[in-house]
Amino acid sequence: MDAFFVNIDWYEIWLATLDTLLMLGGSLLFTVVFGLPLGVLLFLTGPRQLFDNRPLYALLSFVVNVLRSLPFIILLIVMIPITVVLTGTSLGVAGAIPPLVVGTTPFFARLVETALREVDRGIIEATQAMGASTRQIIVSALLPEARPGIIAAVTVTAITLVSYTAMAGVVGAGGLGDLAIRFGYQRFQTDVMVVTVVLLLVLVQILQSVGDRLVVHFSRK
Amino acid sequence: MIEFQQVHKTYRVAGRDVPALQPTDLVVETGEVFGLIGHSGAGKSTLLRLINRLENPSGGRIRVDGEDVTALDADGLRAFRRRVGMIFQHFNLLSSRTVADNVALPLRLAGELPAADINRRVDELLRRVGLQDHARKYPAQLSGGQKQRVGIARALATDPKILLCDEATSALDPQTTAQVLQLLAEINRELGLTIVLITHEMDVIRRVCDRVAVMDAGRIVEQGAVAEVFLHPQHPTTRRFVLEDEAIDEGELHEDFAQVPGRILRLTFQGEATYKPLLGTVARETGVDYSILAGRIDRIKDTPYGQLTLALTGGDLDAALSRLQAAEVHVEVLR
Repeated sequence: MDAFFVNIDWYEIWLATLDTLLMLGGSLLFTVVFGLPLGVLLFLTGPRQLFDNRPLYALLSFVVNVLRSLPFIILLIVMIPITVVLTGTSLGVAGAIPPLVVGTTPFFARLVETALREVDRGIIEATQAMGASTRQIIVSALLPEARPGIIAAVTVTAITLVSYTAMAGVVGAGGLGDLAIRFGYQRFQTDVMVVTVVLLLVLVQILQSVGDRLVVHFSRK
Repeated sequence: MIEFQQVHKTYRVAGRDVPALQPTDLVVETGEVFGLIGHSGAGKSTLLRLINRLENPSGGRIRVDGEDVTALDADGLRAFRRRVGMIFQHFNLLSSRTVADNVALPLRLAGELPAADINRRVDELLRRVGLQDHARKYPAQLSGGQKQRVGIARALATDPKILLCDEATSALDPQTTAQVLQLLAEINRELGLTIVLITHEMDVIRRVCDRVAVMDAGRIVEQGAVAEVFLHPQHPTTRRFVLEDEAIDEGELHEDFAQVPGRILRLTFQGEATYKPLLGTVARETGVDYSILAGRIDRIKDTPYGQLTLALTGGDLDAALSRLQAAEVHVEVLR
């Protein structure tokens, strides 16, 4: 057993885990900050919705689809110049966050749009009939009613981000993925590979079960 | 008073214009319970939603208490909607909010009352609908009837002058329907609220409405006092609704009567006349015999009525007929 874990520097692993968590937290925050309004806008401009606007919806939809169909590994490379402008570096945690946000925001926005569509139209009608403004309909009715769906969307997005952070290791982002590639793959240190994979797996499990619990907690149906 | 002047509505579906409401004139008086009955697709739902402009009319003018609702801008419309409550077939309560928060929502949206006043008003409303013990529950924990009571409390929150009911009892069982209708009648009486309700059940109209309009294919085909429309239906659609309510198959009934000798009459009594011993008196005085073929004694809102189909034989038939016609009953000679 000792022989198997001979290559492992636990301090190194700890730093890499921290980097992964920082990338995950930072990019999740920005993804929600940008993706939630984008999702609401997609929903509102959609067919037969409050701000039904075919050209705008078509444009947003097109941009979202293009970004979603771009393989993340390509996006990572294409984004490098933009990332340097935004953060001053394309390396490390700071360098990873812009491509991660660009990669997951369209995905998250679509999930938000879907969650909002699940809200019964009758609820919107009832809120309109009370004399609510569009802003009030969104804030007081749509978002609270879609909350379980939006939490589920955040969970799925967080898990997607975990695998993206690992991929970002390829362009020098640091984190568990970087460790797995540099030591586990390139130096054939299988034990490092196993430990990083197990850690990523645990992280995903924790995210999923926390997300599920929150969804149950906020579901009143 | 709600006034429709040549109001019409056309939807555009897949590039084609589909008329939902033909040009319609309508007056709903202040304080009355006005029923709109029709099958699905008859245009009643569109008509109801035109009143608070959840639907915008394609043309015509709608006035509420003299104010032209069709001319309101966005702010004016929101202020107007606070004076019009609405309840729905599927209740449309916010599942993420407690009963108390659902009822408080219109007040919070209006943003005119301080929190303490809102809480007091919510308590008062929940007491009125008999749900004071359920304030902290979520809608999913309530029965259908209770949900509709929350809907009613919510609709009354901003102290509206008009209440619109969109098939409010169609998702409820008969007993719960009766309770909700009773609550609506009570609110109408005590608060002087004008109620416009739509339904496809004649029974709902009979229990609470003062006046009724029957709709078919985007038109009002018949309207008037409920007793008048109910007891003397003119339009085929109205007749169908009345017969459905009484669970009578008109064709079958007439077949049965073929075996019966004598004159066949239908007598309709209303109000006081319902309880007078008219038939016995007439039979004694003219020597005719009568047998009752079909009949129903019931109430339309607060008015008792009776409708009897009789066969008369022997004695002085003409005298009996004129005696009946002279009394406070409506006589139809069927054969």
